[in-house]
Amino acid sequence: MTGADVVFGLLGLVTFAAAVLVVTARNVIHAALWLVVSLGGLAGCYLVLTAEFVAWVQVLIYIGAVVVLMLFGAMLTRAPIGRVQELDSANRPIAALAAVATAGVLGTLVVTAFKGAYVDIHHTGIGDGRALGGAIFRYFVLPFEVASVLLLAALVGAIVLTRREI
Amino acid sequence: MHLALAVVLSALLFGVGVYGVLARRNAVALLMAVELMLNAANLDLVAFDAYWRDRLHGGQVFALFLVVIAAAEVGVGLAIVLAVFRLRDTSDVDELTELAEHEPAQVADVTG
Amino acid sequence: MSHWAWLIPALPAIAAVVGLFTARWMPGGPAVPAIAGTAGALGVAVAALAVVEDAPARIRESSVEWSPIGGMTLHVGTRMDGLAAVVAVMVCVVALLVQIYSTAYMAGDPRYSAYAAEVSLFTAAMLLVVVASDLFELLIGWEVMGLCSYLLIGHYWQTEGARAAAVKAFITTRIGDTGFLFGIFVLGLGAHTFDISGVTEQASSLSHTTVTAGALLLLAGVVGKSAQFPLHVWLPDAMAGPTPISALIHAATMVAAGIFLLARLYPVFVAAPVALTVLGIIACITMLGAALAALADDDLKRVLAWSTVSQLAYMAAGLAVGGWTASVYHLLAHAAFKALLFLAAGSVLRTVGTNLMSEMGGLWRAMPVTSITAAIGALALAGVPPFAGAFSKDGILAAARERGGGLGTAVFVVGLVTLAVTAAYVTRLFVRTFLGGYRGRAQLHESPLVMTGPLVLLSALVLALGLPALPHRYGVSRWLGAPPSTRSLHVGIGEVALTTLIALVSIGAVLLLHSRRPATDPVAVLGPVARPLARAFYVDEVYDTTLVRPVRALARGVVRVDSGGVDAVVVDAGRTAGFAGGALRRLQRGNIQGYLTGLVAGVLVVVISVSLAVAR
Repeated sequence: MTGADVVFGLLGLVTFAAAVLVVTARNVIHAALWLVVSLGGLAGCYLVLTAEFVAWVQVLIYIGAVVVLMLFGAMLTRAPIGRVQELDSANRPIAALAAVATAGVLGTLVVTAFKGAYVDIHHTGIGDGRALGGAIFRYFVLPFEVASVLLLAALVGAIVLTRREI
Repeated sequence: MHLALAVVLSALLFGVGVYGVLARRNAVALLMAVELMLNAANLDLVAFDAYWRDRLHGGQVFALFLVVIAAAEVGVGLAIVLAVFRLRDTSDVDELTELAEHEPAQVADVTG
Repeated sequence: MSHWAWLIPALPAIAAVVGLFTARWMPGGPAVPAIAGTAGALGVAVAALAVVEDAPARIRESSVEWSPIGGMTLHVGTRMDGLAAVVAVMVCVVALLVQIYSTAYMAGDPRYSAYAAEVSLFTAAMLLVVVASDLFELLIGWEVMGLCSYLLIGHYWQTEGARAAAVKAFITTRIGDTGFLFGIFVLGLGAHTFDISGVTEQASSLSHTTVTAGALLLLAGVVGKSAQFPLHVWLPDAMAGPTPISALIHAATMVAAGIFLLARLYPVFVAAPVALTVLGIIACITMLGAALAALADDDLKRVLAWSTVSQLAYMAAGLAVGGWTASVYHLLAHAAFKALLFLAAGSVLRTVGTNLMSEMGGLWRAMPVTSITAAIGALALAGVPPFAGAFSKDGILAAARERGGGLGTAVFVVGLVTLAVTAAYVTRLFVRTFLGGYRGRAQLHESPLVMTGPLVLLSALVLALGLPALPHRYGVSRWLGAPPSTRSLHVGIGEVALTTLIALVSIGAVLLLHSRRPATDPVAVLGPVARPLARAFYVDEVYDTTLVRPVRALARGVVRVDSGGVDAVVVDAGRTAGFAGGALRRLQRGNIQGYLTGLVAGVLVVVISVSLAVAR
């Protein structure tokens, strides 16, 4: 049990707890804020795994843009700001069952496969900007370009979808 | 550190995300749950990248791309939610039942 | 003669087919083939009679063997003797006169071509019964007669009465025919042949049970076809058919087929005395009951129908006590005078337009020919000499008296009483129809020559048939060739005097009642007794309650079971499918999250199974 283990474990606990609160909060705004906590916790996990660049991108994009976008969406669709019965009572038990089953199956599979696996964090190359930039623009240029086209398409699509007929 | 910690956390996050997708009524809340699922996948990618000590950092690069994709998806998804809201004046997923099979009109009894 | 005797039934049959198909373009109309066919058959029958004349008891047979079903050999051919030749001539004469009469009676009827063809077919069938050499051949003719009777009774099928009467006649005779069929089986299998000659020759050597069972079963057919109690109910209702049909079928020929069968197969019945006793009892009941019913009925044709039933019972009673010659003689006489009476009735009905005697009366002034010929027929029916019917009835009574014993005495007594009632009802009929004042509203006129001609001819025949009672060259015994162990016809003067006296007394009594009160029905003197007589002792009502209603209820029950049980299986299969579809439809609520849950569950199942498989 190294220090990394302990830190990762604590961060994971925070992430998990926040995630549970995301899906059980009765208030959409509260759910969004709990999502911020959860994603932040994940960023911390990335740091422990020596993926610096990804961690900061996580904070920037996810917390900074995506969650804000969701808040905008929540407000624009006049989601009830106050407390309201949000959860679908009829689906709840079955959904919980499905979720538990999914988590159970996945967890069992990977634990069975990687029981004694050990990540040596001292000897991975640190995933800083330089390393990742070199990797992307040397070996993953095409996916990069495709991703930009994807973003363009999403942008155009979002505008078209929300256009008001004049 | 133990790899099992990371992958177990990923599995748990994924399960929570599934619950959220299946149980939430508000469309935006549903999208949040989808984000959780995507992040669980991200964590898995980064963890395995560290485990295999990939020199190209393929896992982390792919995690970045996944962030991009998630962002695009949220953008379009919210645009759809907005369009539906304008049409129906509700963001309740339970109200969107066009896929339902309605009761047919009563057919006359075919008895001799 | 054996080689051309088959022409007798064949000619009218050909005429029927030809008439049916060429009715449209035959010059002269559908009557031409019908009359030609019947006339041809008459010619051949007379020739056959001439040939048979020298030895009437000798049987001239000609048949071919035919095995339609392996293991059973039938003979198809003709069997001519005195009885067959005489009856064939009688049938042809009556049929020919009826066809001629019908050209006027049925003029303007839209279905005349079918009518003429059916009458020709009927004639052919009756002649087949007469000349048949094999029991099954006879059965074929028997059944075709039943079919034609159904078709002809229901000629006016647009009326409810005709339809119902046709069905009633068919079903009632069918009940008898079932027994008849089994009788044929029993006798044929017992004698190992279905040939009539073979059966009659072996009749005395068959086992007692076989012969008795066969004879009793054959009796069922006779009772049905000749309308004896208890299967007599169809004959009065069959008057719904055209009157010439009533003359042909229900007076002279078809109903006489039962009596003919008894005469033909007489050795079988002699070998089974039980059957003859049963026949005698039935005949006595029918004789008197039908005569009483005739006394009270208001419908002219129904009175004649009841009269037919009663006279047929006379013939049956005669055969039961061994008076074979007398019964056959009465058969011939009855054919003549009953046909005459029916055709006269037809002439009256055509003019007056109603069947009810309460709306007739005083017709002798406007229809003299009809009246006189009807009077001759009435006297013959009442049993007044020298008309036909007098000596034959006396012959039957004489045979009964000679036989003695319980049966003989019963037949004698009942016969005498019936004689009185017969004279009474026929006088009542004549008086109500032709005498007194006219109570109706129609224009009265005599019928055309085509109709009165046959009436005159039949009157002459009735007169002529009185003569053969005398034992000379033209004596009836000479022509018939009676089987052994039967009594020959001889009537004593005393007998004739007694019966004539009874008849004249009855006639006088009714005439007296009429002259006292010309407007009222003479039967009214009987007071409250008249009611059950008019309803024929309520036999029809009894049948309705005990048979018709339960069968109808059973039929309704069967329909219910079929539509509720059998049909329901099929219909409910469809309904179940629809119901299952509806249940499945509830899965498609439109709840997207529900669909996703299913999806996730499915994926998990696949993952688990794959990983388990791989782990193994």
